[in-house]
Amino acid sequence: MARQAWAVVRKDLLLEWRGRSRIVSVLLFGVVTLLLFSFAIGPDSVILQAAAGGFLVLALLLSSTLGLSESFRLEQEQRAIEGLLLLPVDPVALYYGKCLSNTLFLMLLAPVLTPVALFFYNVELGPTGFLQLFGLWGLAAAGLSAPGTLYAAMTSRLQSQDVLLPLLLFPLVIPVLMGAVKSVTLVLTGDPMSQIQSWTLLLASFAIIYWSLCGLLFPHAIEEGS
Amino acid sequence: MSQRMTRIHLFGLGGLLLIAVGTFLGLFVAPPERYMGEVARIMYVHLPSAWNGMLFYLFAFGFAIASIWQHKPKWDALTVGCIEVGVVLNFLLLLQGSIWARPTWGVWWDWDVRLTTSLIMLLLFAGVLALRSFVQDAHRRATWTAIATIVAFIDVPLVYFCVRWWRSLHQVQSTPETVSSFMVWPLRLNAIGLFLLTIWMVSQRARLEMIRHQQEQIDEPARMAPVGGLENV
Repeated sequence: MARQAWAVVRKDLLLEWRGRSRIVSVLLFGVVTLLLFSFAIGPDSVILQAAAGGFLVLALLLSSTLGLSESFRLEQEQRAIEGLLLLPVDPVALYYGKCLSNTLFLMLLAPVLTPVALFFYNVELGPTGFLQLFGLWGLAAAGLSAPGTLYAAMTSRLQSQDVLLPLLLFPLVIPVLMGAVKSVTLVLTGDPMSQIQSWTLLLASFAIIYWSLCGLLFPHAIEEGS
Repeated sequence: MSQRMTRIHLFGLGGLLLIAVGTFLGLFVAPPERYMGEVARIMYVHLPSAWNGMLFYLFAFGFAIASIWQHKPKWDALTVGCIEVGVVLNFLLLLQGSIWARPTWGVWWDWDVRLTTSLIMLLLFAGVLALRSFVQDAHRRATWTAIATIVAFIDVPLVYFCVRWWRSLHQVQSTPETVSSFMVWPLRLNAIGLFLLTIWMVSQRARLEMIRHQQEQIDEPARMAPVGGLENV
């Protein structure tokens, strides 16, 4: 199963590398979102610095939704999903392959959007802080990808995917949003009470629960009607 | 009318009767609460809405598992019945909570753990209904509703704990030992009454869904007919 999942990851990464359109448009969307947040708050650097963690995570979350909804669009446009399902591939392996490629894709957002946010919001961060932040975003990306991949597979077959995916995903990933906002803010502003571990644990728990649950449910989600 | 249908209607009637008695006791017999006064009487409808809302989400979760397991239309009909009634009770819970919060906390809304969790729960299950409304194929609609219900239900404890870490202001739960029996009885009667009434509502909604399912089965051959066939008749 691991080999099949890895084949799906390789296929997705190769397609992404050859096209590069999805990553570029999603990154640009993230940068525009960061810019809009600063316009909404105004030029007060104290408020912007205090809210930097929240804005960065929100920009990453909004960009992620865009990336996730695109992840199955390609499969649907060329009816490639039908070809994939006809292959002797375990649907669970297909899910974990798509989920892992989505996680890697979302993880790529942080190294670009974090320096932009630090630049706009005037926040300073050392190399250790950067590493911590990318680690935390990795956990958050894993948590977002698990239900995101499942729901993207379902909603990509519907005409109203652009509305439905955020409608289903945003309330569901509130624990990820809260965990990521709190922990990223603690990395940016300091953590004298050592609270970051609790929030990291929450992010890890969410990821583990939904990777397991959605892996079980995915074969049912893609089965054809009787 | 079949005997089974009559029994179901008895649930509805019994529920209404218990709610009428419970509400009368709550409004005219139970004493005002020591600190909050008359405004606390809203708990006689607020708590039954909360308990039954949670209970019927739990039932929806159970029916969703059965629906995925067996693919029988009745489980899907019961899942959607429980979710719809749960969403209505959840909305009423938030509305009553706001009416109570204004004179007690001085605000209509606060980011308290139970308020926030209730709001997120409402959005989670309203999302399930939204997804359902976009799916035409009956089999796929049932499966996706079940999947979204399971995924949403598993999220509730996680949301509760993370909002609790975030902040909390809500009342700590009372127990029957710490509350006057004049207050306990209207609460119990209303809770049981609402439970029976909700069973009736879910059964009626499930019945409607089964009729809709049967109609779709009849319409299906007509929909699948080639262009120029039945469509042009």
